[in-house]
Amino acid sequence: MSKAVLIDTTKCIGCRGCQVACKSWNDLKGYKTAFSETWTNPVFLGNNDFTRVIFREATKPDGSLHWYFAKRQCMHCSDPACASVCPVGAMVKMPEGPVVYDDSKCIGCRYCMLACPFGIPKFEWEAALPLVRKCTFCAERQALGLAPACVATCPTGTLLFGERDTLVQEAQRRIRGAPGKYVNHVYGQNEAGGTSWLYLAGVGFGELGFNTQVPKEPLPPLTWNYISHIPHVIAGVIAFGVGTWYVTRRQELRPRPPAAPRPRPRVEKEDQP
Amino acid sequence: MKSREDIKIMTPSTKVLVAVMLLGLAVTFYRLGMGLGASTNLNDSFPWGLWLGVDVLGGVAMAAGGFIIASMIYLFHLEKYRPIVRPAILTAFIGYLLAIIALFLDIGQPHRLWHPAVFWQVQSVMWVVAIHVILYTTTLALEFSPMLFERLNMPGAVKTVHKIIVPVVLFGALLSVLHQSSLGAVFLIVPGKLSPLWYNPKLPFLFLVSAVMMGLAMVSLETNLSSRVFRHPVDPSIFTGLATISTWVIVFYLALKLFFLITGPGLAAAFNGSMEANMYLLEMIVGVVAPLGLMVGTKLKENPNGILAINILVIAGVLLNRMNVCIFGLYRANAATGRSYFPSWMEFAITAGLIALAIFIFKMAAKHLPLLSPDTGSAH
Repeated sequence: MSKAVLIDTTKCIGCRGCQVACKSWNDLKGYKTAFSETWTNPVFLGNNDFTRVIFREATKPDGSLHWYFAKRQCMHCSDPACASVCPVGAMVKMPEGPVVYDDSKCIGCRYCMLACPFGIPKFEWEAALPLVRKCTFCAERQALGLAPACVATCPTGTLLFGERDTLVQEAQRRIRGAPGKYVNHVYGQNEAGGTSWLYLAGVGFGELGFNTQVPKEPLPPLTWNYISHIPHVIAGVIAFGVGTWYVTRRQELRPRPPAAPRPRPRVEKEDQP
Repeated sequence: MKSREDIKIMTPSTKVLVAVMLLGLAVTFYRLGMGLGASTNLNDSFPWGLWLGVDVLGGVAMAAGGFIIASMIYLFHLEKYRPIVRPAILTAFIGYLLAIIALFLDIGQPHRLWHPAVFWQVQSVMWVVAIHVILYTTTLALEFSPMLFERLNMPGAVKTVHKIIVPVVLFGALLSVLHQSSLGAVFLIVPGKLSPLWYNPKLPFLFLVSAVMMGLAMVSLETNLSSRVFRHPVDPSIFTGLATISTWVIVFYLALKLFFLITGPGLAAAFNGSMEANMYLLEMIVGVVAPLGLMVGTKLKENPNGILAINILVIAGVLLNRMNVCIFGLYRANAATGRSYFPSWMEFAITAGLIALAIFIFKMAAKHLPLLSPDTGSAH
């Protein structure tokens, strides 16, 4: 069974306890950060942050201005583009849920960064031999039967850790149970073919800064559709090449007038004037 | 044969080449010592930039001439083009070596460049690309080897290569077809990011066809330039022959591009005045419409210098296409995550250094190897 987290952003108070817990547990370097215009901190997710809480101002349907908070991190897709594009298999989706990264294999090509529809993998640009960094879904804590550090820290119950199937049902139950409180969309249920991290929100996800253009189907089949046809291309090119070679060679071997003999290889005479 | 005494090494233009190469070498050391953040303007929003767009994607497309001309001689028996097969193969070999250097400098862990050969991941287009680079560079080395063996006076080795040359060329053509199209397939994974002006499921095929255009233009261009620089006469019918083939390929490419534009984002998307639309129009006018108009509508095609001008347009157009797919077509989606990108002077310096290196190697080969001498045609 695959683990997941449901984030009910309506419960988040923006305390950033999850950010602190994540830094502590993963031993990520602290650095001087800054606030964005709406008080998100840090302004960009970097290679020393696996998560951050987005602070956004948005207008509610009744016209009042509201401050919304949404914790962002790797979505841990069910069929992740980053894992499919990695040329050395450094990114792997575990059956338990986490998308993990083996930095001893990584060559630093950054195809995962290009491919990720959520813009999550970050690069150690400042290092001489940089690697990719992203949230691990605390795979090593999960292996010990513990919840991810951020979930264990959250004081308001915004983060709910459990089986993905159960959490999707729970999200739907909450939407049905409190009409008007939530928009009718569980972000992550179908995005990129489904993700292990699911979101509920009181306003449209676009207003919270989520990418709403993410395809609803898994991405890896797009490239696999090409790769799986390579054997056909091989057969086609070989058949065409050999066929043309055979046909044109027969034409060439036809008897010709002696005045125009076919030039023969004369390697031995190379040094003659 | 011996080295050609008439090709002088230290000409003024070669001095410029060497200066550009030395600057590139200095920046290379800086990049390897200090990392990508210190030397490039790449960032988390723009993980890929100039080196991948121009040096790798453009360089590999330029190298397509090698497999095209080799196939024309050894598979299609078009003997007319035999005098240009060696420069074409050498250009492809140099192109791939430079692409490998560019990849080596672009990846974060250059010392692990060999990892894809050991850690297989067949689901990854990038792995497919890596395997093709390894196999095809080896194949090109083999196709190139007779020039070296002749120079070293090893007729036995030349004969051995000659015996297996047809299957080797076929293998090389197969790898090239797959590699050129795979570079397009790299971008199939970003449907939400790459502008629909370029994104479509047949991107691999478009990359292949445009690489053929670029390869033919490169071979014609380099034959023209080297015949002047090295005072080596070339049968003009070779240029007109290549131009005729090229015209048909460009007509086919134009039809494909129009089909995908109309069935995809629609004709209006190319004329809405956005940055993407303008880049698309620029690419199409420079690389497709203008060359085609000049080939068909003027008498330029009748003389090698007219063809030279057309070839430069085609090469610039396909280079623009690669930059559009790798940089400009992705710009809006990447910039939406908060940052911008314009290459640093060091990125330009390394790109310029690699181009200078390519020209320098070609010149050295023309001087020291049986590349352009009149009797090369009978060598294998």
